[in-house]
Amino acid sequence: MASVELINVTKIYDNQVVAVKEANLEIKDREFAVLVGPSGCGKSTLLRMIAGLEEISKGEILIDGKVVNDVPPKNRDIAMVFQNYALYPHMTVFENMAFGLKLRRIPKEEIRKRVNDAAEILHIKDYLDRKPKMLSGGQRQRVAVGRAIVRNPKVFLFDEPLSNLDAKLRVQMRIEINRLYNRLNTTMIYVTHDQVEAMTMGTKIVVLKDGVIQQVDSPLNLYNAPVNRFVAGFIGSPAMNFFSGRLERNGGLFFVSELFRIELPESIARKFSSENRDIVLGVRPENIAEVGAPAGDNFSAGQTILVDVVEPIGNEIFLYFRDSSQSYCMRMPPDHVYKPGQNISVVLNLSKLYFFDSETGLCIA
Amino acid sequence: MNRSRRTPPLFVSLRLGLSYLLLVSLSLVFLTPILWMISSSLHSLEGVFAVPFRWIPEKLHWENYRDAMTLIPFGRYLLNTTVIAFAVIVGTVFSSTLVAYGFSRFRFWGRDKLFALCIATMMLPGQVTMIPLYVFFARLGWVDTFLPLIVPAFFGSPFYIFLLRQFFLSIPYEYDEAALLDGASRFRIYWQIILPLARPAIATVVVFSFMGAWNDFFNPLIYINSFEKATLTLGLNSLKAQIIGSGQTQWHILMAASVLVLIPNLIVFFLAQRHFIKGINVGGLRG
Repeated sequence: MASVELINVTKIYDNQVVAVKEANLEIKDREFAVLVGPSGCGKSTLLRMIAGLEEISKGEILIDGKVVNDVPPKNRDIAMVFQNYALYPHMTVFENMAFGLKLRRIPKEEIRKRVNDAAEILHIKDYLDRKPKMLSGGQRQRVAVGRAIVRNPKVFLFDEPLSNLDAKLRVQMRIEINRLYNRLNTTMIYVTHDQVEAMTMGTKIVVLKDGVIQQVDSPLNLYNAPVNRFVAGFIGSPAMNFFSGRLERNGGLFFVSELFRIELPESIARKFSSENRDIVLGVRPENIAEVGAPAGDNFSAGQTILVDVVEPIGNEIFLYFRDSSQSYCMRMPPDHVYKPGQNISVVLNLSKLYFFDSETGLCIA
Repeated sequence: MNRSRRTPPLFVSLRLGLSYLLLVSLSLVFLTPILWMISSSLHSLEGVFAVPFRWIPEKLHWENYRDAMTLIPFGRYLLNTTVIAFAVIVGTVFSSTLVAYGFSRFRFWGRDKLFALCIATMMLPGQVTMIPLYVFFARLGWVDTFLPLIVPAFFGSPFYIFLLRQFFLSIPYEYDEAALLDGASRFRIYWQIILPLARPAIATVVVFSFMGAWNDFFNPLIYINSFEKATLTLGLNSLKAQIIGSGQTQWHILMAASVLVLIPNLIVFFLAQRHFIKGINVGGLRG
């Protein structure tokens, strides 16, 4: 069990590509941190630097308060689960799990006990004599996790461990890794590009883009208080809608876009120092409702939209509408029939509006 | 599946038949000299040159084999050759895999240039280095010992290094990384991860280097002077030169000896082919 701290960590590859830029991050003891971002955002590089598989160009990485920049991977007391499992194909499941322990000269009996315990937890006891190629993807994944837990490391690293599994198995393994975290109660760092995985697993989520850490927060805070347009759009599915428009003073303060003209309540209006400026309004699909749906004072006046595409998925319906440049989504209860081409009147939840600077993308209000 | 689209069975068997016909006839072309050798080894000397040649001799002269093994100290030569070939295999496999591991797994300054240089040495004809090498080994006092035949194998061979490096490159680097995190040293990764996974390539190197050493005539001819240190190829040569009675080379006995020399080649080949036909199976990764 240990804390992990990154101070101004930068990675510049030989070809001058900057993979990670000035990353500062503190992962406390027993925290489950998830690094999330689109592919190429530097999340795996960051993880590999913590593991010691990648050199650090600038900055410092501390594990348990000690700088480990020049400590080889084997002396960092960490274990890593790889995306493609990397089980040694010529060894049995038992040998795979025991390999690291043998190298550490742990007595045979102890090795047997630890491997058996881990196999018990992961339900792979029956496969200990098999070679990896005789296992299914899910079983291999368990072995890879088992190989990590037998070592009792200070820190667990997971590099997109579920991305090769099918959807159903992924959900199942996600739950099991969560259970494992509760059971082992140790520091875990998990890399994924899947925001649902990030939201459901982490106690702390680190959102990255282009090698820069965008926001570090708890899952709900990320969802409710994104610092910028990227985080707002990345977290949540379907993604937040962004309406480009202007703020206009005409008696009250209005947000005016191609589709909407919404009067903003005083509580929001007072946050804007200048008016008549371009701005981007962010609204999550569940914060747009049809007029007539249970609504309080918090809703805007009705706005008419033209239904473009209807996606009924059983427990809810996704309605898509568009303006001249892009498509937007809203989430509807399942008990109503909508048809493409239909005009409906919608309201926006005024207490759940996000305003982003149209140039910097930072969240203003 | 659309039934009507399937190839008619008659066509399939016809195509299969044709392929076999082609394969069998080509194999026969390649097998003819060997079959001739085996057949001649069971003929009398006259039978070898009889026209037309009888592929199956009227009387099988098994005593040719006994003669082949007694006219020269066959057992001694066999032992010498085995010792040399075995040492050459060990040396070649160890040195070439180690160098190939370095070229495939480590990033260091000038690596690719060094690799190119290593490959370039393949272009040096053996004749060019023959005399300097002889002088070198002579100064070391190694002439008429097995050392000049064995020691060079421990310094890697560019062709095998190239072959192995290409194979190692196809082994995912994640295994190395997983092992590094497991606490393995670079040498242990080579020994316990890379080598076992590279069995097919190593089998190829074993077969080639064995055949190279076993069938080598030129180097033993240069370096070995004593009768009791000679190899089988030198023995075959001396047999050819032996004139018995008729003043003519005893081809039938020579062929019998040749068959005997050939057998270990076949054994090694059949033992190893299982590995290099099977190829690598990277079951530890996904898919």
